[in-house]
Amino acid sequence: MPKELSPKERMAIPRHKMPEREPLERIKGFIEVNLGYTPELAMAEAQRCLQCKKPLCVEGCPVNIDIPFFIKLIEQGEFIEAARVIKRTNALPAICGRVCPQEQQCEKVCVLAKRGEPVAIGHLERFVADFEREQGEVKVETAGFTTGKKAAVIGAGPAGLTVAGELAKKGHEVAVFEALHAEGGVLTYGIPEFRLPNSVLEAEVDYVRRLGVEFITNFVVGKSATLDDLRAEGYQAFFIGSGAGLPNFMGIEGENLNGIYSANEYLTRVNLMRAYLFPEYDTPVIRGKHVAVIGGGNTAMDAVRTAKRLGAERAMIVYRRSREEMPARVEEVKHAEEEGIEFHFLTAPVRYLGDQHGWVKAMECIRMELGPPDESGRRRPVPIEGSNFTMEVDVVVVAVGVSPNPLIPRTHAGFKLGRRGEIVVDMNTLYTNVEGVFAGGDIILGGSTVILAMGDGRRAAHYMDLYLKGEFKP
Amino acid sequence: MFEIKEKKELGKDLCQFRVHAPYIARRRRPGQFIMLRIYEKGERFPLTVSDADPESGDIWFIAMGIGKSTKLLNSLKEGDKIRDIVGPLGKPTPVKKHGTVACVGGGVGIALIYPLVKAYREAGNRLISILGARTKELLILEEEIRSNCDELIVTTDDGSYGRKGFVTDALRDLMEREKVDFVIAVGPVPMMKAVADLTRDRGIETMVSLNPIMVDGTGMCGACRVQVGGKTLFGCVDGPEFNAHEVDFDILMKRLSAYKPMEEESLRLFLAQGEGNTRVAGGE
Ligand SMILES: Cc1cc2nc3c(=O)[nH]c(=O)nc-3n(C[C@H](O)[C@H](O)[C@H](O)COP(=O)(O)OP(=O)(O)OC[C@H]3O[C@@H](n4cnc5c(N)ncnc54)[C@H](O)[C@@H]3O)c2cc1C
Ligand SMILES: Cc1cc2nc3c(=O)[nH]c(=O)nc-3n(C[C@H](O)[C@H](O)[C@H](O)COP(=O)(O)OP(=O)(O)OC[C@H]3O[C@@H](n4cnc5c(N)ncnc54)[C@H](O)[C@@H]3O)c2cc1C
Ligand code: SF4
Ligand code: SF4
Ligand code: FES
Repeated sequence: MPKELSPKERMAIPRHKMPEREPLERIKGFIEVNLGYTPELAMAEAQRCLQCKKPLCVEGCPVNIDIPFFIKLIEQGEFIEAARVIKRTNALPAICGRVCPQEQQCEKVCVLAKRGEPVAIGHLERFVADFEREQGEVKVETAGFTTGKKAAVIGAGPAGLTVAGELAKKGHEVAVFEALHAEGGVLTYGIPEFRLPNSVLEAEVDYVRRLGVEFITNFVVGKSATLDDLRAEGYQAFFIGSGAGLPNFMGIEGENLNGIYSANEYLTRVNLMRAYLFPEYDTPVIRGKHVAVIGGGNTAMDAVRTAKRLGAERAMIVYRRSREEMPARVEEVKHAEEEGIEFHFLTAPVRYLGDQHGWVKAMECIRMELGPPDESGRRRPVPIEGSNFTMEVDVVVVAVGVSPNPLIPRTHAGFKLGRRGEIVVDMNTLYTNVEGVFAGGDIILGGSTVILAMGDGRRAAHYMDLYLKGEFKP
Repeated sequence: MFEIKEKKELGKDLCQFRVHAPYIARRRRPGQFIMLRIYEKGERFPLTVSDADPESGDIWFIAMGIGKSTKLLNSLKEGDKIRDIVGPLGKPTPVKKHGTVACVGGGVGIALIYPLVKAYREAGNRLISILGARTKELLILEEEIRSNCDELIVTTDDGSYGRKGFVTDALRDLMEREKVDFVIAVGPVPMMKAVADLTRDRGIETMVSLNPIMVDGTGMCGACRVQVGGKTLFGCVDGPEFNAHEVDFDILMKRLSAYKPMEEESLRLFLAQGEGNTRVAGGE
């Protein structure tokens, strides 16, 4: 056991960089960019944590992982034990360690952030989850009893997976109904392999399955059966985690030209359907030379980096605000820059120009300037009159946001809906206004983060458990 | 996995399948479709449910082999398995009593109007079907449709059977002969466009079933965008049926050609595999 370091010594250690693949190497394919910490790196990084008495980091984490405790265990080389601590509150650490916007959550409020760089909490979380999985030591703590109550979870995204796992641990019989042929939601069809390898996701889904959850894919609730049908089959409580799968378009001229994709379609073709392996896989995707991606969030970053990997000479972000307002994770922006992605800030498309065969060939844009803040608190972009110019493009990916999936409210009357079509719930219990039905994740938030969706899942599972036991009467 | 319980060849490269899919069989209404993925590396593609039996839990669908996916499907045998089937998707046809209804089907569109013919007849309409094919061998479901309607008119482009000419010729004559209250047209895009032009002038309400390229089929991707009445709608959730007089067929046609070179490559590679191609049967 190494000697106990003083806080001063700990603070003197610089943050350990995540080992990465070289940009020129990684853009040739879809292999994961981040290589992960080695045990030595992880233990060294763990030494930086001051083990705060009042750890702010824990408050910054939406599921309140006991961060100092698991980091302490890493420092002591107790990796499997550390994984167990995380899994008490976060069932999918290998995923969150990779995709959480840590710089806005746990790491933002880490005391070290004030004086320099915060502890690399995300990297450490990822390390222990990967370590556990690779050692083949993933312990499954099943309930060991059944309550005889049946719960139905709609959607196998992070929210649904979390609810299902938690309810199974409490001894309930749980079935997850998923519309697509694969589980994972956005984690499968949206976030690319180079950020979140499929094998990682599969292992996490498998973990939930081993808790006793049944997955029923190819099943669209509302179409294959309605909520009421499922109720008649004996399901007593429901969780709707159907996400924000409805792509927004801008409604500008020429948007239906060939070569113009929603980010959902582009990423689904490439990730879920593996179009990057065409013709070995049957689904095609257009590989553009000059690809413009409209937007500045994680989805836009994923799409533009995908375009680069599909061989684009110019892969461009076209974003109407400036760099500071971009909602994407800092790490993704950094990786995108390293990979040669062009950024066109304060720019927005106004119409698309096509050739006679219906293909997009150019995009007319307008320059913007930032005005006073809007309701999101970010400065509102205002078009500069007469600043129009055109850009040559052959593929455009529209990544300007998604709306709550309307399928369930459309096929089941009575849900109270918000302004953007989100299902309204009691924010404490996640109970909807429909008997026995809870909801969480993007369907109530209208597009947020994996960890918030999971946080909802945990909370909903708690109240669903009480509801099933007759101890929660809304 | 969905086992093929029964397969029937209806014509050249045209096969009818029966599979057991109880949820779909129970809820499916005329006009709805399924998305299939035959094997692990396959694409997701839509086919109309041509019939369903809620009692036995079986559904039927008909595929015209035009590219890799449909030819691969048609190469499967009874007992083979289809990896994924999901449905029923799309809006059901709002079947009601109009009076005299003309159902116009061209090519594989005939398979798609067959369930509609039955449904509109059951709703008490006088039903006249007009079926068109390039040549006699390509005409399908003639007897099934004849026994479900009041009158059947067949046209072939080359005159090898029925009346020589296009379905639009037959429809024009019909509308001159008697009052038609409602027209349904399903077939190749140029045919649906021609029917729409013909009935627009006469102010006869007309419905078409569109076939845009789809990926998920549940409203998540927007691949299936169609322009109807100046608005962008999603074929899979807002359709597949639309008011023919409002559809922009030109955009539909262009969007259908988006992947042509890749579809050709896929098909060429598939055909080059020859006998080996059925190895994917069984859903692996
Ligand atoms: C490209 C992209 C990149 C992102 N990157 C990040 C990131 O780096 N970090 C981060 O924290 N967040 C990121 N996000 C956001 C994050 O992925 C979402 O907030 C999160 O996935 C929401 O989880 P969910 O479970 O609510 O819904 P989803 O993940 O959307 O899952 C919903 C599931 O429900 C299914 N479904 C829908 N309707 C039905 C129905 N009627 N019947 C059955 N099944 C149905 C869908 O098929 C889907 O599988 C990203 C999002 C996208 C699109
Ligand atoms: C709602 C709906 C219902 C349908 N019902 C049936 C049905 O019952 N029976 C049936 O045989 N077909 C049906 N189709 C058409 C069927 O989905 C396509 O024929 C199939 O996807 C072609 O796949 P492929 O790989 O065999 O050919 P591809 O190689 O993909 O295409 C070959 C040629 O067909 C054209 N094409 C591509 N996709 C489509 C498409 N979706 N529709 C029409 N042409 C297309 C292309 O332009 C290309 O020239 C339906 C389509 C929709 C949208
Ligand atoms: S789950 Fe996310 S916010 Fe919580 S500790 Fe892990 S990386 Fe930080
Ligand atoms: S705030 Fe930072 S230093 Fe303090 S316990 Fe959390 S991770 Fe460690
Ligand atoms: S096929 Fe994806 S939205 Fe219609």
